Amino acid sequence: MRRFNFGYYIKEGFHGAGSHGFMTFAAITIMASCLVIMGSFVLLAMNLEHNLNALMAENEFLAYVDDSYTDEEGAQLGAQIGAIENVASYRYITREEALADYVGEVEDDSLYADLPASVLRGRFSIQVTDISQLPDTISQVRAVEGIAKISAALDVANGFVTLRNVTVVIALIMVVVLVVVSFFIISNAIKLATSGREGEIAIMKMVGATNAFVRWPFVVEGILLGLGSAILATLVQWGVYQLLMQAVNVYSHVQLINIIHFEDLVLPLMVCFGSIGLIVGVLGSLITIRKFLRV
Amino acid sequence: MIQFNHVKKIYESNLTHALHDISFVIEDGEFVFLVGPSGSGKSTIIKLITAEERMTSGGILVGDYDLAKLRKRKVPYLRRTLGIVFQDFRLIENRTVRGNLEFAMRVVGSPNKVIKERIPYVLDLVGLSEKADCYPNEISGGEQQRVAIARALVNNPKTIIADEPTGNLDPERSYELMCLLEKINQLGTTMLVVTHERDLVNCFNKRVISIDKGLVTSDMENGLYDYETI
Repeated sequence: MRRFNFGYYIKEGFHGAGSHGFMTFAAITIMASCLVIMGSFVLLAMNLEHNLNALMAENEFLAYVDDSYTDEEGAQLGAQIGAIENVASYRYITREEALADYVGEVEDDSLYADLPASVLRGRFSIQVTDISQLPDTISQVRAVEGIAKISAALDVANGFVTLRNVTVVIALIMVVVLVVVSFFIISNAIKLATSGREGEIAIMKMVGATNAFVRWPFVVEGILLGLGSAILATLVQWGVYQLLMQAVNVYSHVQLINIIHFEDLVLPLMVCFGSIGLIVGVLGSLITIRKFLRV
Repeated sequence: MIQFNHVKKIYESNLTHALHDISFVIEDGEFVFLVGPSGSGKSTIIKLITAEERMTSGGILVGDYDLAKLRKRKVPYLRRTLGIVFQDFRLIENRTVRGNLEFAMRVVGSPNKVIKERIPYVLDLVGLSEKADCYPNEISGGEQQRVAIARALVNNPKTIIADEPTGNLDPERSYELMCLLEKINQLGTTMLVVTHERDLVNCFNKRVISIDKGLVTSDMENGLYDYETI
């Protein structure tokens, strides 16, 4: 590309987008709608995963210390447990605390009034970072000398992992389907925006324009359409998300659903929208004008 | 120089034999009328010169370009040596007169300084200095054709090819336009004018190449338009 032509291509790209105002508006609106639908699915999936992760983080298992260990000796095993990679946090529960917890859970606690704490074992309550690695973590904890028994609800953990995997797969399928559908819709929208320009391109070719010279302003126009759509889509997505957040906060009196703040999502969302907008805008323009270049 | 050497053209889509055996040479600086009835092959000759179509056999030289060997990516550079004027003007409607000329100069990569100097000169030559900022739909047909000539001229081509340039103009405007083409020719540009206008051809006393049924039927200096049918 010659240096003095660069500014010209940019200028022509803006000129092309501006001089076909309605078509440009239609293309941007359609592309932005597709991006918002796609973005909504991604955000829904992200929020589902976020909530599932929060629920899973509360899933804990117990590691019982050998009978022969005193509470002081048992508590010292914590250092080894904490060193295990997937262990997020742990807490040592003394025999006295365990008894108090147990008695507190039964209705008629007078039956246990004389029960000595020494009948129970000291234990660790352990939370993990990644619940899908729970079986490995259990094995590692079990291998610590002084740990006698493990009590874990593996079925529940597996259920969470399955639910999360299904959510991610469904979200991915939806995104792929929507990207493909959007590409066709968007490239048609760009075809609209560049339709009726065959005559102009034929004139360009007859006065000696190279294909690259004809193509560049359309590429710039495609970039403008893509970026315009990405900005519009981000704004609309932000508005819709805020409305949904308010609705969830109003109807969910108990904070069961934990929604990610839009501020934490806006940057990746913009990058995602911008990239899709750019790729589809440029490809759509190139495909559209390709057939006009054979003059 | 434009040289046709036993050129034959068959359109593969409908197997039409457009040109059978065409040979002629147009030297630099000449003014030539190409005449003939509809369907005689005049437009095919123009399309071959501009590399819009490829010949079936024979040879064509346009300046330094041997069209039999011309690669596709070199076609734009061939076209830059030619200025082409069409019957229907083919101006870009959403650009001003100046914009249409500027566009043609951008295509060949002219720097801003050259564009600024050249456009007023060419507009003055075709008598349209006052209309530089008008859009094509704001000026008359004759003026639009003069813009088309200015556009063909603006890159200082060796040859101007005018395909029925007066087809959409009244006789008076047609005469004026032909005078303009003659003036440009006198400045050194080779001129090939395809036309149906008997009176104009007979009035200007230039070389006339007559085509009929894909063959050259006459090629005469100071010739006349000798077809009855148009």
